[in-house]
Amino acid sequence: MSLVRIPPQLRSEVGGVREVPAEGGTVRELLDDLMGRFPSLRPQLVEDEEIAPFVNVYVEGEDVRTLDGLDTRVEHGNTVILLPAMAGGL
Amino acid sequence: MLASRLQESRPDDSAGSGERGDADDEDDATAPSRRKRACRCGHDSSVAANRVATFPKAMPNYRELLQQVKSEIDELDVTRAHELLASDERPLVLDVRELDEWTEGRIPGAIHIPRGNLESRIEQAAPDRAQPILVYCAAGNRSAFAAKSLEELGYENVVSLAGGFTDWKRSGLPTELPRTLDGAKRQRYSRHVLIPEVGEEGQLKLLDSRVLLLGAGGLGSPAALYLAAAGVGRLGIVDDDRVDASNLQRQVLHSTARLGDWKVESAKRTLEELNPDVEVVPYRERLTSENVERILADGWDVIVDGADNFPTRYLINDAAVWHGIPLVHGSIYRFEGQATVFKPHDGPCYRCLFPQPPPPELAPSCAEGGVLGVLPGIIGSLQASEALKLCLGIGEPLVGRLLLFDALATEFSEVILRRDPACPVCGDSPTITEYIDYVEFCSGRPAHA
Repeated sequence: MSLVRIPPQLRSEVGGVREVPAEGGTVRELLDDLMGRFPSLRPQLVEDEEIAPFVNVYVEGEDVRTLDGLDTRVEHGNTVILLPAMAGGL
Repeated sequence: MLASRLQESRPDDSAGSGERGDADDEDDATAPSRRKRACRCGHDSSVAANRVATFPKAMPNYRELLQQVKSEIDELDVTRAHELLASDERPLVLDVRELDEWTEGRIPGAIHIPRGNLESRIEQAAPDRAQPILVYCAAGNRSAFAAKSLEELGYENVVSLAGGFTDWKRSGLPTELPRTLDGAKRQRYSRHVLIPEVGEEGQLKLLDSRVLLLGAGGLGSPAALYLAAAGVGRLGIVDDDRVDASNLQRQVLHSTARLGDWKVESAKRTLEELNPDVEVVPYRERLTSENVERILADGWDVIVDGADNFPTRYLINDAAVWHGIPLVHGSIYRFEGQATVFKPHDGPCYRCLFPQPPPPELAPSCAEGGVLGVLPGIIGSLQASEALKLCLGIGEPLVGRLLLFDALATEFSEVILRRDPACPVCGDSPTITEYIDYVEFCSGRPAHA
């Protein structure tokens, strides 16, 4: 099991919590578990069966795009961060 | 007894504390009269005279001490020193004169540590004890004592310039007038000048620096205030909005009295009142593909991005990459903020981080979702700190690292950002090489060239 940090833009989709536990040995399995329980997350995270280009997924601080993408291994206890682009500055 | 000994040792003290004009060593003939003066302070002159007569060898006078020190250190005459400075093994050139002497001229490239501060400051300037050092003063006497002290501190390769700056100048060798802060600026920026990594040279660098801020809002307010207070000489501010009541919960550049004013005008007044050393250049317009080149042509060292929309963020990213200007990024939403530095070709750019913006319906703004008023204060201040480091060329800027701050949890975390070799703007084979229609690009419709 890993903890997935949910960004503020997506918290309304998961009941307002900051972190959600999820099961899976890869990023794909982890996201599938998450999106299975919170289906409204899917369009915000995935596009054409890939991680959407406006979202980054970090496992232990590393962008999974620079690792093995959706096939990146996730170890028990790893912290996973979902990070959509955020434009606010004013 | 102790008092009379102290009186005897005075000439040495004056040498050690960096007196002016050590070219004019005290004439021995003046010594007796000084002893006599000293004895008028309540001591029995005959007793004092007796003591001088009794212990003449125990306490060397200034000349003797100087001779002794010079015999223990290495000296170089100005011709050989000049050759050494022109060689590949150029030493650190250290001027130990007083400030007023230093301001009247120096050996080019020298650093300044007054003799009195030498021991406490040299490790900052020369942390490596093997660093060769050429030390000079006005005539070569204070620098001899300085060289001795440096050797005692473990510096292995120290030479004193025989004849000092006086001989150097007399020989027609090159000198330069250092730029210095005037008295008022020295006082205003004293807390910067005291920091070894900033110092007077760093402060002068800040006064010469030019920072462009996108937005005079949540992030732009604290960033601009701290950059102005720090004495960044020129601040450009791009904003096409007016001050609204809903801004005042966080946009600390503005005030109730300025409601309805243009933000750039309000910002200019606030910043110039805070620090008249700063020139504020207002651009009362929204950054677009049409005006970005004109604005950048005014010359900026660093850009601070406090925009509130994706088209502006992608536009300034592309422009910063093409112009090679570091871009200090910040963004905020509700209780959370992010900051990083996009340094063209040294690290990733915004497009490496987010190749595409989210569809508008998935990207709520602060106007829609809200933001804790103090949050831009934290993130905007971090942006100011990064901008100052970039201007000064010090520290480790947030290049290749995205700092995340969660105010509710009071937690900072970091993720690693890497440059994408396939990035369409900063990658190895860029496909976007001119400005596109950024509004269309961010509208969610397939667009651009």
